[in-house]
Amino acid sequence: MARLSIEHLRKTYGEFHAVDDFSIDIADGEFLVLLGPSGCGKTTTLRMVAGFIQPTAGRITIGERDVTNLPPWKRNCGLVFQSYALFPHMSVADNVAFGLEMRRMAPAERAPRVAEALRLVQLSGFDQRYPRQLSGGQQQRVALARALAMQPDVLLLDEPLSNLDAKLRQEVRVEIRDLQRKLGLTTIMVTHDQEEALTMADRLVVMEKGKVRQIGTQRELYEKPADRFVAGFIGRSAFLDGEIAAPGRFRSQGGLEIDCSAPALGPATLALRPERLAIGAQAESCTNRFQARVEHVSYLGALLDIDVRLTEHDRMLLQLPNRQGTVEPKPGDRITIGWAEDAGLVYPRES
Amino acid sequence: MTAARLSLGRIALNGAAMLSLGFILLPLIFVTWLAFFRQEIPSFPPEGYSLRWFSAAAGNKAFVDGFLLSLQVGVLSTLIGLMLGVPASLALVRHRIVLGPALNTFLLLPLVMPGIVLGTATYVFQIETEIATGLPVLGSAGGLVAAHTLIVIPWVVKLVTASLVGFDRTIEEAAQNLGANPWTTFWRITLPSIRPGLVAAGLFSFVTSFGNLEMSLFLVGPGRITLPIAILQYLEWKIDPAVAAASVIQIVLIGAAMIVTDRYVKLSRVV
Repeated sequence: MARLSIEHLRKTYGEFHAVDDFSIDIADGEFLVLLGPSGCGKTTTLRMVAGFIQPTAGRITIGERDVTNLPPWKRNCGLVFQSYALFPHMSVADNVAFGLEMRRMAPAERAPRVAEALRLVQLSGFDQRYPRQLSGGQQQRVALARALAMQPDVLLLDEPLSNLDAKLRQEVRVEIRDLQRKLGLTTIMVTHDQEEALTMADRLVVMEKGKVRQIGTQRELYEKPADRFVAGFIGRSAFLDGEIAAPGRFRSQGGLEIDCSAPALGPATLALRPERLAIGAQAESCTNRFQARVEHVSYLGALLDIDVRLTEHDRMLLQLPNRQGTVEPKPGDRITIGWAEDAGLVYPRES
Repeated sequence: MTAARLSLGRIALNGAAMLSLGFILLPLIFVTWLAFFRQEIPSFPPEGYSLRWFSAAAGNKAFVDGFLLSLQVGVLSTLIGLMLGVPASLALVRHRIVLGPALNTFLLLPLVMPGIVLGTATYVFQIETEIATGLPVLGSAGGLVAAHTLIVIPWVVKLVTASLVGFDRTIEEAAQNLGANPWTTFWRITLPSIRPGLVAAGLFSFVTSFGNLEMSLFLVGPGRITLPIAILQYLEWKIDPAVAAASVIQIVLIGAAMIVTDRYVKLSRVV
């Protein structure tokens, strides 16, 4: 268990920047999640930490040890692979003991460590089974036990839950999180599943096209997305394109004048969280208040998604909690919607 | 209508399969039958049955010596073939090497080369080597093993590359992540994972070497002949069932090896 520090990490393949200037300090026992769409560089980053990809530039330090140029077998990072990568010709116990065996630990010493690791993942009694005799969820646990048994300095999880069915995934998420907290393991997990990332992480890194877009807690990412990409990627946002006509005044393409807290002039995008919009009487007190026509209503059980049109060029998405007595708007209805001045986040328009 | 045609096709297919199988098995059946005939000249119907030809074959020095030599050459060339063929297969499957596909074809070439051509070429090559180096190559056990290694390599390369192609390399990464260096990873993870392919390659290599006649004819020396050649030489003078008995022993041994191997790894899944 140790701190992990990544400084100006870079990986290029010819002209292609797989990872571009990635820096972060991960505290001892912190659970960091790398989140982003496929091809964003999150797995490349993880594999550089594990030592399977040689960085083009930058430095990786585990504890006090500079591991940048160490081969994978000298790094003491426990990696749980997406495909689990269990050794098919070895029993569960031999799989879990492999890391200890590689450290030349005596068989008598290994046994209790293996038993402990299997107990942690609730697979006691499965030692003599072979991987092919286990379900996907059990294989996943063995992979985790195998990584934990060697008492790694850092635990690395490469989309560990993506091959499990939805219900099991929910359970395993919590289990991994509890285990990680209990053992105080510094952990990096890679995922493209936003919900998984939000439920498990202490801190998240949102990546896109090899670049770090934002680093922060769940709340920071949701409340203060650093840019339009993060605003759209973490949770949902409705976007209005337009420009800042005067300080604090956003003019949409359709000509709506909207109060906001943005100083810089020029082309901009206004992002709004759909659940921060008020409708009907509740919109009365809002500084920004507009007439809208309902275009489409999706009934989602706990929520109603409502697509509305403000002008010919401006559309908006609302989310209403489906409380008792909520009147469901119908397509074609004319309604009033509104939002507070500080609900809108303004980003300079990206070309 | 369709069902009728389908079942007709079925019957035709089964018939053809049975016919081919019979065509392959019939000589084996006749040889086995013949080995138990009592009389010296094989003629039908048999005059009676006996085991005397088995003891005659076992007592024939040329057969016994030939069998031992074939066994040694078979085992040695199989081992050397594996030692050369496995690294070659790894290189071919895992690395982009210059002329890789051409090299692959080249390694499989002894398989399609007529035995006589291969024998002649090896014969000439060994003579030239002898002249150039002054070492006794032709007719030596070493020369024979070297030539047999040549004909087993295609089997090793073919079967081992086949098992490497479907091999999930993340388990090698997992091993390295757990502290295994590349050498340990190879012995503990890679080799055991392709074991069925290795066993099949070993078996086919051995059988290929053990049964080789054409090429070996060019390369054996006086007093040092393989079993197939001993049988051939015996047949030049006699046609008694001792040859059949020797053949039956071979069929039984190879058949047993196949069955035992199949227990261990399903051959039908590798080949």
